[in-house]
Amino acid sequence: MIGARAQGRGGHNRIGGTLPVLILFLPPALLVFTLFVILPMGEAAWYSLYDWNGYGLPEKFIGLKNFELLFRNGAFRQALANNALIIVISLAIQLPLALWLATMVSHRIPGAVSFRLIFFMPYVLADVAAGLIWRFVYDGDYGLFAAIASFFSVASPYVLADKNLAIYAVLGVIVWKYFGFHMMLFIAGLQSIDKSYYEAAEMDGATRWQRFRNITLPLLAPTIRLSVFFSVIGSLQLFDMIMPLTGGGPSNSTQTMVTFLYSYGITRMKVGFGSAVGVVLFIICVTLAFGYKRIFMRND
Amino acid sequence: MTEQTLVVAKPAAVRRARRDIFSKHRMSFVTWLYLYASLFLVAAVVLLPLLTTGLGGFKTLGDLRVNPFGLPAQWIWSNYLDILGSTRYWQMLANSLIIAVLTVVLTLAVAAMAAFTFAHVKFFGSGFLLNYFLIGLMFPVATAILPLFIRIRDLGLLDTYWGVVLPQVAFGLGMSIMLFRKFFQNVPHELFDAALVDGCGYIRYFWHITLPLSRPILATVGIVAFVNSWNSYLLPLILLNTEGKYPWPLGIMVYQGEYSTDWQLVLAFITLTILPTIIVFFAAQKHIVAGLTAGAVKG
Repeated sequence: MIGARAQGRGGHNRIGGTLPVLILFLPPALLVFTLFVILPMGEAAWYSLYDWNGYGLPEKFIGLKNFELLFRNGAFRQALANNALIIVISLAIQLPLALWLATMVSHRIPGAVSFRLIFFMPYVLADVAAGLIWRFVYDGDYGLFAAIASFFSVASPYVLADKNLAIYAVLGVIVWKYFGFHMMLFIAGLQSIDKSYYEAAEMDGATRWQRFRNITLPLLAPTIRLSVFFSVIGSLQLFDMIMPLTGGGPSNSTQTMVTFLYSYGITRMKVGFGSAVGVVLFIICVTLAFGYKRIFMRND
Repeated sequence: MTEQTLVVAKPAAVRRARRDIFSKHRMSFVTWLYLYASLFLVAAVVLLPLLTTGLGGFKTLGDLRVNPFGLPAQWIWSNYLDILGSTRYWQMLANSLIIAVLTVVLTLAVAAMAAFTFAHVKFFGSGFLLNYFLIGLMFPVATAILPLFIRIRDLGLLDTYWGVVLPQVAFGLGMSIMLFRKFFQNVPHELFDAALVDGCGYIRYFWHITLPLSRPILATVGIVAFVNSWNSYLLPLILLNTEGKYPWPLGIMVYQGEYSTDWQLVLAFITLTILPTIIVFFAAQKHIVAGLTAGAVKG
């Protein structure tokens, strides 16, 4: 009887307490999020159908003309190709490198913690700073590349000014900056694998490779999928690092979708055209996120 | 089969001891050499650009040209001291700090409150609303950057700190709410029921019980928000246009534009701007690594 009354009182409080908390706690987040994330995204879709310079109201409706112009634009196609290349390189070089290093420093060997920190450090630096540092490294007159070239007495290469090489130089910086982050993800994944699997395999005389292939890889699969996901999303929004390195040049050879959006949409205040780039980027991101979740991350 | 089960069934301590002895003896010199040679090589590739940058700031331009790797022929302290004596450097860092602190405080407050209602209050449409916030996880800020610029301009916030802070908070909300909600859900339910029976309302419960218990998650979300804001470039680039308000990633680009051929000055400037990050990173490495990777993994 007493218990029931206490419960009743609790229930009463709950109802009486729900409304104030809803009114006070939810609206700030809803307002900020709607105003600065959802509405702008919707507006991007709307503006992308207009030819508009951002002043007054968008009135010159041109249908899908912006998208047509976009896909005809050589620089944009180059940007798409570069984004794809960045994804491929991240998956083909960065992930194996990160996994290889993770298997080495996840054991308790002397110095493991220091190595982990050193490898992770580039990740906390701003992309802009990393880009500027490497701009110096690649500099044909003063940088490390110049020194190496003069050591072998060959003409110093101007890597960032060469439209065939520049994108690979950029890719190098991307790997340099981000492999440590993926390594940390893998270390966390490796440490959650039950050690007794390895002990059992050792007793059965499994070789190091067999243990890696048959225990580590399958049990690390969720982490690998996560790491792939971050590589893809990160590659698609690459901007900060490109600006100090090449600014998208030479002759658009290192353009990404976002640098293209910046130099063709924002600096020229072509709101409609720039929004069309945003919409394409949005569609790619959402398709990849949903597709990836559906296919690969169903069980995670 | 039985033999194997027997072996596995041995006490864990014995097994561990055996394994340690084994692994100590098993690592041959060749393996050891391969391991450390690889690690030192990668560490060198990571550190060399950073060290050359730091040392380069002490050199003269001529020295830099003939000797980019090594120690300076003559240590030119004035490169660094002139920058440290300029208001420009401190102004940039102050701008970054103001923007980052505002972003962190606002993100923590707004996200924690929203996540609290999602974790504890059952109301019509809560599932729908939660998914609404999670949409924000799927696309980067760049997709909506032009409409965002126009919105900030029309609100009269262009070229103000708040104009940068509000979009940064908004785009961090999805991830922050998700992290908070997971944590709040794991706070024992008995605590909540007991508090309600004692006549403690939701809001007092949030303030006196949930928040004090949530220090780890507040730290994680705060670190993620701070690092993102401290390093952010695209939003300030588009939303600020007075140099006096530029945060350091913008300021460093302007500086590089002005002194592009004086690499020694640019290198000194880069070193001084990334120095705070590196110092804080090593001072609080445990929290930062955990925060940044946990933020990613749980998200």
